[in-house]
Order: sequence, then structure tokens, then C-alpha cells
Amino acid sequence: MSKVVLKTENLGISFGGLKAVQNLNLEIKEKQLYGLVGPNGAGKTTVFNMITGVYKPTTGKFWLDGEDLTGKGQETINHRGIARTFQNIRLFNNMTVVRNVMVGLHNQPEYKCGVLTSIFRLPKHFKIEKAMRERAKEILDIVGLLDERNSLSCNLPYGKQRKLEIARALATNPKLLCLDEPAAGMNPHETEDLMSIVRRIRDEYGVTILLIEHDMKFVSGLCDEITVLNFGTSLVQGPPEVALNDPEVIKAYIGG
Amino acid sequence: MTKLNTVKWNHYLNYIVVAAITLLFAILSLTGFLESSDKYLLEKIAIAITLAVSLSMVVGFLGELSLGHAGFMCIGAYLGGKTAVILEPILGEWPTLIVSLLVGGVVAAVFGMIIGLPALRLRGDYLAIVTLAFGEIVRSVFMNSSKESFGGSLGLDTPRFNKDILFIIAFVMVLATLAVTQNLIRSKHGRAITAIRDNEIAARATGIDVTKYKLLVFTVSSFFAGIAGVLYSYSNFTVQSTKFSYNYSIEILVMVVLGGMGNINGAIIAAALITFLDVELQTILTGNLAVLQDLIYALILIVLVVYNNAPKLKSFREKYNIKALINRFRPHNPSKHRDDEAKWDRVPTKIKMDEVLSVDLQVSSPYTPDKAGKEDK
Repeated sequence: MSKVVLKTENLGISFGGLKAVQNLNLEIKEKQLYGLVGPNGAGKTTVFNMITGVYKPTTGKFWLDGEDLTGKGQETINHRGIARTFQNIRLFNNMTVVRNVMVGLHNQPEYKCGVLTSIFRLPKHFKIEKAMRERAKEILDIVGLLDERNSLSCNLPYGKQRKLEIARALATNPKLLCLDEPAAGMNPHETEDLMSIVRRIRDEYGVTILLIEHDMKFVSGLCDEITVLNFGTSLVQGPPEVALNDPEVIKAYIGG
Repeated sequence: MTKLNTVKWNHYLNYIVVAAITLLFAILSLTGFLESSDKYLLEKIAIAITLAVSLSMVVGFLGELSLGHAGFMCIGAYLGGKTAVILEPILGEWPTLIVSLLVGGVVAAVFGMIIGLPALRLRGDYLAIVTLAFGEIVRSVFMNSSKESFGGSLGLDTPRFNKDILFIIAFVMVLATLAVTQNLIRSKHGRAITAIRDNEIAARATGIDVTKYKLLVFTVSSFFAGIAGVLYSYSNFTVQSTKFSYNYSIEILVMVVLGGMGNINGAIIAAALITFLDVELQTILTGNLAVLQDLIYALILIVLVVYNNAPKLKSFREKYNIKALINRFRPHNPSKHRDDEAKWDRVPTKIKMDEVLSVDLQVSSPYTPDKAGKEDK
């Protein structure tokens, strides 16, 4: 059995009296493509916000590679190896595409460079800038944005902005990559393309991927295992073809 | 290490221009062509540029509104001045100048760091109020100091320095400020700072240490404000707390805003122009006409704000600007774009001009990162 990358135990959060997520138990194994699905308001993004440190869970704990990260800050969690994208795209709009990715590379140990090194323009500064740019280009090549690297990120079309967010998250060299509705707003052709990109990232980088998605074709075509959330609790866990056909799940989606 | 063709010469254009101007005036001054009023004006311009460039780091690149820049300058002026008074008889002219510049800068930087701490929690208008209060507190502390310590309301008398050389030193400080600011902004650290400005939540999620960079920017910015303060104390022979009021902070902010936020060259030009106008108007308008000075100053501001924002002037602006004129002679060719040539200092304006000046304008620029967007998930 392969290693567990992310493990959550009884993870839950309440906002005042509202229990947004309760008793969530996930076990995501290395190199797995894990899906988190559920109707609107089920608490999927809240789960993301908890495991990336935006919210502090009120109950339960979670571990990344056996390290307890519950209640840590966003920066720390990112340094430990969880990167994410956002449902509503959050790029650095006034920067070019390649610089967006270079911000993602900022904390990588091989590109470490002190503030004074930069201010006094020591040779190391130039070397690192060049190395970062080359690396950023490699990452942009994976998501297919290499040709657009010099345009401003706010001028990219929607689908490409989503890919750029993935590239930026990938640049932080995560163990677990959390994608929040990566295919939202994409046409079927773009979705196909995105699926192959996600697979490539998993295969070539060995990154474990946790994704939220409403497009069931995307989920069932891509994920190895899914968890269906409804009203903050997990309904079913299992392979997509089993879980999505579960009567409970159909009831949650369609009602009745 | 770097090949010559990778060095972007236009990144260094403003150093070259400032250095050339300094050299020109230095020669004029040493050969005795400059009058003392010209030297005074040049000192004032250099001080204003230092202030504007250092503030532009906070406002333009970090995207936080600081209204207390005069407060940092005040700290630098008083402490640097006091150091100069104490050390002058012991060390002599030059070492005193250098030590007092350092003392003024470092103490101001320490206070900048202290002000940077709440900046991590406060945002937008709230931070503006804190910095505003800070400036006023500093000013009144020095105003109410005893006569022996900082001169109280009469002001602190500071040593004189050779006026032929002082403005050259001031311009060397401008060059140092420019070098540090631009080198910082055009590095991976600058990228992190602009990332925080563009989207703080995404910056955090990308692992940028927001705390560290906010503190860094506040510290560096107030360091140079402190140095400008020391230069001011040398230039005026006396430091009076009334100078460093809220109005002066706003004046510095206006220089940054007029220059275009996040545009260092613009800030330099605006600082020089406003200071020039200020000093010239003071000499032209004397007696009863002195009230007109503020009026003219305000008129220029209003005209500029309206010109830059009015929707009806849009087509006129696009047709008749310097860029369009240049392009008429040298057509734009996108295929000539080299790798990542886009500018570092593209105007961001998280803080809008009409907000700063409390002018009600209909249309804002297309790139306005939403302020409300910070609260949602």
C-alpha cells in the first residue's frame, strides 16, 4: 500500500451555530487523483480553506506526510507542501505570466537569495533570476502557456488564467496540489486539454492532486477516488463509478 | 557575469539622467555660476525626490496608503540634527554629516518597523489613520520637548554645512535611494512585494511571507525618509516641528500620485516640479498675493486629476500623448519584444487618485483590484 499524503481526522469547522463541515475523514494516498464533489454549499471549498490554513478547524486534525499542520498559517502550510488554486481566479494581475510563476518559485531553496544580495546586485542575484526564469518557462510549458509568457496575466482568456493558477501553484513544488473547480467556465475541448495536463502533472511530478469539480465527466474520467460531501458531512467515499451511482448521492443532487 | 546585451539600459536611464544633472549643477556650482537661491532650490528638490521615491515604495509597490511620511522625516531631522549638534565640535564637518545621516536614517527605520507592525493587521483606510496619527504624535512630541533637548517650539538649531557641496550630497542620496528602491523592486523580493499588492490572499497561498515584506518595505522607506530629514536639517540650519504637519505628508503623497503610482520616474519628475513651483511661487507671490499660492497649487492638481480621469477627455488623451507621438515616428513592432521586457512598474493603483484627493469622479481605470474582494473566500 502506498504512503498516505494527506490524512484528516474528524475535521470540522463551525461558523457561529452553522456547522459548515463536520467529521470529515479523508485519506489521500501518494500520486492519487482525489475528487471532492457535492452540491453547492456542501462545504467543499471550506475543506480547502481548512487544509490550506485560511480557516482554523474547530474540531479534528489533519496531517501532511505524517506532520500535523492543524492551525498553521497559510505560508507555513504552503512551505510544507500544500498548494492551491482558487475558485474565483486570483492572479497577480499587473504582472506578466512568467512573473506570476516566478512568484511561485520564490521560496524554493535553490532560488534563495537575501534582500541585500538583490539590493547590491551581487552576481548571485543575476544567476538566480536567470535560473528562476528558465524554471518558470519549463512549468509554463507543461500547462501550455509558454507562448503567452510575456503578456499581462489579466489579459489572458479565462481558461488560460485557470491554467496559469495551476502553474503558479505547481511552482511552489507541492506534495499535494488542491485545485478548486479547475474546469469551471471551460468548454469541452478545454476541459479535455486540462484533464491531460492534470494527468501529466501527476505522472511527471509525482504530485498528489485533490480537486473540487462539478463537471462529473471530468471527475469520473480523472479521479481514482472521490468523496461526496453534502451539508458538510461526507456521504460516500470510493471510486467515482461506485460513489456517483450511490442512491444517497443521487438523492443529494437531484433531491426527493 | 552578465552579458552586456542582457543589461537593460533603460532600467538605468533615470540614474544616468539624475547623475548627469547633478554633475552639471556641481560644475556650475564649483565654478561659481549658481546663486545661493538656486542651491537652496536644488537641495529642496533633492529632498523632495528622496521622500517621493521612498514613499512610492509603500504606496505604489506595496499598495498601502501611508499618511505619516513627514513623521519619519521629522524623526530623521530632529535626531540627525541633534547628533550633528553634539558631534560637530568633536568630529569635524564631514564625519558629522555621515554619522548624523546614518543616525537619522536608522532611527527613522526603527520607527518605520514599529509602524509596519500594525500595518500587518490593518488595511487601507485604517492604516492611513494610524500612520496619520503617528506623524502627528511625533510632531507634537518634538514640539513639547524641553529647550535643552530638542529646542521645543522654537526649533532646534543645527550646524551649517558648505552650501556649495550640500546639494551635491543631497543628490548623491537621491541616487542611493533610487538604486536601493529600484534594485529591490526589480528582484525576486520586489516581485513578492508587488504580488502582495496585487492579491494578498493569493500571495499568502503561494507561500510569500507577507509579514516580512511589509516590514521590509516600511523599514526601507522610512530609512530614506529619515535621511531626507537629516538633509533638511542641514539645508535649513533649523528644524521646526510645524513643518512636518499632516499637510506635508499629503504633499509628498501628491508627488507620488501625480507621478503615477508605482512609477518611480514619474515620482521624481513630479517631486521636482512641485518643489520648483512651490519655491518659485513663494518668491513671486509676496505680500497679499501669498494666498494665491495655495490656489494655483490646487488648480494644477484639479486640472491634472480631471484631465487624467474625465471620460470625455479620453479620446483626446489617447491621441495626444508622448507615447502616441513616439509611435508615430517609430511604429510598434511586437515581434521585436525580447524575453520578458514588460515593465516592472506598470501602474497598479490599488489606491485610486480620486480617493486620495477626495474628488468624486465617475469612471475609474480598468485595472482596479477590488477592495471588497479581500473578504471573500
